[in-house]
Amino acid sequence: MALCLRTSSRSILYYLKSKICLLSSSSSSLTHQHHQKPTFTAPTAQNLRDPYANFSTKVNLLSTRRFQSTKVEEQWDSLNHAHHNQVLDFPGGKVAFTPEMRFISESPVERVHCYRVLDDNGQLITSSKFKQVSEEIAVKIYSDMVTLQTMDSVFYEAQRQGRISFYATTIGEEAINIASAAALTTDDLVFPQYREPGVLLWRGFSLQEFANQCFGNKDDNGKGRQMPIHYGSNKHNYFTVAATIATQVPHAVGAAYSLKMDRKKACAITYFGDGGTSEGDFHAALNFAAVMEVPVIFFCRNNGWAISTPTSDQFRSDGIVVKGPAYGVRSIRVDGNDTLAIYTAVHAAREIAISENRPILIEALTYRVGHHSTSDDSTKYRPVDEIEWWRSARDPVARFRKWIESNGWWCSEDELELRTSVRKQMLHAIQVAEKADKPPIAELFTDVYNVPPSNLCEQEKFLRETMKRHPRDHMPDVPV
Amino acid sequence: MATIVGAATALSASKSFDSRKLHLPSRRSLSVSERKGSFLVVRSDGSVVHKAHRAQILITNAVATKADSSAASTASKPGHELLLFEALREGLEEEMDRDPTVCVMGEDVGHYGGSYKVTKGLATKYGDLRVLDTPIAENSFTGMGIGAAMTGLRPIVEGMNMGFLLLAFNQISNNCGMLHYTSGGQFKIPIVIRGPGGVGRQLGAEHSQRLESYFQSIPGIQMVACSTPYNAKGLMKAAIRSENPVILFEHVLLYNLKERIPDEEYVCSLEEAEMVRPGEHVTILTYSRMRYHVMQAAKTLVNKGYDPEVIDIRSLKPFDLHTIGNSVKKTHRVLIVEECMRTGGIGASLTAAITENFNDYLDAPIICLSSQDVPTPYAGTLEEWTVVQPAQIVTAVEQLCQ
Repeated sequence: MALCLRTSSRSILYYLKSKICLLSSSSSSLTHQHHQKPTFTAPTAQNLRDPYANFSTKVNLLSTRRFQSTKVEEQWDSLNHAHHNQVLDFPGGKVAFTPEMRFISESPVERVHCYRVLDDNGQLITSSKFKQVSEEIAVKIYSDMVTLQTMDSVFYEAQRQGRISFYATTIGEEAINIASAAALTTDDLVFPQYREPGVLLWRGFSLQEFANQCFGNKDDNGKGRQMPIHYGSNKHNYFTVAATIATQVPHAVGAAYSLKMDRKKACAITYFGDGGTSEGDFHAALNFAAVMEVPVIFFCRNNGWAISTPTSDQFRSDGIVVKGPAYGVRSIRVDGNDTLAIYTAVHAAREIAISENRPILIEALTYRVGHHSTSDDSTKYRPVDEIEWWRSARDPVARFRKWIESNGWWCSEDELELRTSVRKQMLHAIQVAEKADKPPIAELFTDVYNVPPSNLCEQEKFLRETMKRHPRDHMPDVPV
Repeated sequence: MATIVGAATALSASKSFDSRKLHLPSRRSLSVSERKGSFLVVRSDGSVVHKAHRAQILITNAVATKADSSAASTASKPGHELLLFEALREGLEEEMDRDPTVCVMGEDVGHYGGSYKVTKGLATKYGDLRVLDTPIAENSFTGMGIGAAMTGLRPIVEGMNMGFLLLAFNQISNNCGMLHYTSGGQFKIPIVIRGPGGVGRQLGAEHSQRLESYFQSIPGIQMVACSTPYNAKGLMKAAIRSENPVILFEHVLLYNLKERIPDEEYVCSLEEAEMVRPGEHVTILTYSRMRYHVMQAAKTLVNKGYDPEVIDIRSLKPFDLHTIGNSVKKTHRVLIVEECMRTGGIGASLTAAITENFNDYLDAPIICLSSQDVPTPYAGTLEEWTVVQPAQIVTAVEQLCQ
């Protein structure tokens, strides 16, 4: 059984490697060889025992690929002379058959390897290949990560003080947020889940605008209609967060379809967590995107937890990255706390998605350091020291700081200045947002439709009459 | 998901009323920005009225009147005859020609032409990308349509059968109806969701769903039901041009209705009811297939000396309380005939709305005839009695008019 697993895991590895090789062939700066080269010898006892896993799965996966080079198939052919000349014709293409009954294993001995550029001390791993960033971009990335961290801590404190009703932090996932945003252009359409405010921050959403949304005041461009952290801004191509899980994933496919129709040089990107991949919408969206050949990046933040549900209770596959090939989607696993790895992977994914009109799945492994939200106390279901270790030893912000400092682009004075300045701005933004008026009653009935229909006008009239008749029952400072 | 045989079943010839209707070309004017000052309405008695546009309501007027020898005939061109599903296709094709952002997505809508052939030939004409065959995942392709709509396309999502759209309820309720509001008006969703529903001929319970009752409370969507080739084409065009999400309910048994429709372009109003037969004694409100049962009962009623006013409400959300109210004020008696189930159906909401607004004008309690609260059985004899039959309508009118 163990041998079976190894050969089938090798087939998965080899398949993914061939994908990554194709990736690297399109952009010379991107070869990375962290996983070992699989060895393929003449049919050994292992191979003969497990020909199905080696060969048939591979051929199945490849049979409909126009872009797949024939080179790979030749290599496979040479391994299995005994079987490959017997082929069946079924809807979907030719498939070789085997007289041996072999089940494909449900789990590999070795998991899919993870792309990483910086080590835990923020130093480049030797022979790592990545997309170079200029000092300007690197400093902006770092500053935005610090801003996000500060924003999170200030808003969290504000919620605890009762000044806003709800908040969800992004602690531990700052690299995912900022680095992925930095690798995209503002023409790319973003369909977030709810733990990606950093993408909006990168694109220019101000601290004041974040505060306005959290306080739901009249300056909120969502007009106070959503809970805090449900940001949205059409100006920044950031589609309004909906609380429903994974419903944005098919939206992104639809948007990518629209971009393809318009032949725009842009892609759609959608973010979701490990929990979101259990939803039906995730699976259908991946399937659709592959069938329709649309430019969309599926970015999974696998942070280990869906509120209190650990990934072992969420799925039994090797994470999310292996689900991509199941739908015919090219996939990669990256270290989600490694800024440069994310930047490089998203940059490449975007190029592939747009030039080849295909979807890409990126699984970023990370850890949700904060609680799920302010309504959660995660110490109830996970050990405190585990949380603390990820918060300090594996902090993506500190790790990237070490890298930019080693380049001479940052120093501790800059750090102090930045943190104090951002904190001050945040506190000011909160004060301003708190004092601002709430949206007027008139905005209760608008935007349900493009123009209010008669029944809503009637309901508004009734409400206003009620308010006039019972002035003491509602707060006098609620604007109308 | 069980698939249904593509052939549409047809109503018997005696139920088609095409020869009896006089159709007037209606003013085309859809978006608020394109509003004109006033338009002509030819009333059923032949008088011509200048009507100022109602604020905030789409203006075009499609009034089907009884064939009246003295009625002014402004339909100068003879028009052309077609079946209802062809009328839907014509409307769809005209809109796809007019606006390149209009696209269709659904199961088997492409080269197969749709399960009821509404999209036949469109894939060949517009390409596979604009008439998209989707995998079987209703929630997700509806979601995809929503994402495309938010990004500037105008998709028409076809449910192979309305009942399958129950799978899309999450996307329709939580996103389609909601995102324009929760985004503060930043993102609009000009999507059309359509499909055949209603009780057919022995299609079984799962393929005889009436979803209008489940969708009617969702804020943010509009619902219309077509019943003739004329209003099918007009409502399809109006729905596509609307900036709001619109659910267009078609009926499985009405696809082969034949009628002569105008050659020139016209659009129906999404929020207006249709006066089918003016009368004096009782107001009968109905929509979709039940319109034909009502009209059949009307024949019997006329022979018995009654003069029923029949209104096809067409707009299920919001109700056209203006037309309905005027009728109630005239006749003082209301009968609602619908195909929805008794509990929580369109009739239930309509009864509440009329009672609230026009209680003083009613001489008798409102009678609402609906289907029973049972899943539709397969056996033909049983199925026949789950929907309202003309005999029941006649009895109800007699009861009302005592």
